[in-house]
Amino acid sequence: MVYAERNIWATLLATAVVIPCYVIVILQQVGGRPLTSVDWLPTMLWAIGISIAATVVLGIVWGIIAARRDPKGATTSDVRDRDIDRMGGRIEHGLLVVAGLGVIALCAVGADVFWIANAMFLGFAVSTFVGSIARLIAYRRGLV
Amino acid sequence: MVKPTLVTNSIRARREEARLTQADLAGRIGVTRQTLIAIEQGKYSPTLELAFQIARAFEVGIDDLFQYPED
Repeated sequence: MVYAERNIWATLLATAVVIPCYVIVILQQVGGRPLTSVDWLPTMLWAIGISIAATVVLGIVWGIIAARRDPKGATTSDVRDRDIDRMGGRIEHGLLVVAGLGVIALCAVGADVFWIANAMFLGFAVSTFVGSIARLIAYRRGLV
Repeated sequence: MVKPTLVTNSIRARREEARLTQADLAGRIGVTRQTLIAIEQGKYSPTLELAFQIARAFEVGIDDLFQYPED
């Protein structure tokens, strides 16, 4: 597995773990109150911070392990990695546009800031997740 | 489902003829071994620049390595 593919796996794993944890923590705070009364901001900031940190740490640890077997290839990327990254980026961008339009629609109907912030957060999470999956499929099945 | 490319190549045959490993050739053209494998298997269409680099590594023309079917 090449350097860039490992980093995509790290991103995917971090996202797949942190996002459900965020939802669980938010739902635990509800306790019969309206969902919009939950203090979501600290939890969201922690979720974003932890997912970034987990991605970096996982990538480094995985890189160290990979470097023992293939020191030269541990941090090497090439034109195929860049092509696959561009393809994944286009998918991510499309999903972020959809999320942005959703946020505008929520603002237009005067939705609570809880829903506006979480719609954008969901957009980030889904675009990252789907973009990572698309990249991994390209690594496994090919990009022609 | 990934759309298969119509471009085929004879890189593997040339490489084996030249007694080069995948790692050797990948190192010469500046890509990872995984990328060379993907090109040999038709899972990745190399850029024009990379195609020229591969052809130059074997000292052949690009047409000798890559084939595209007639209409």
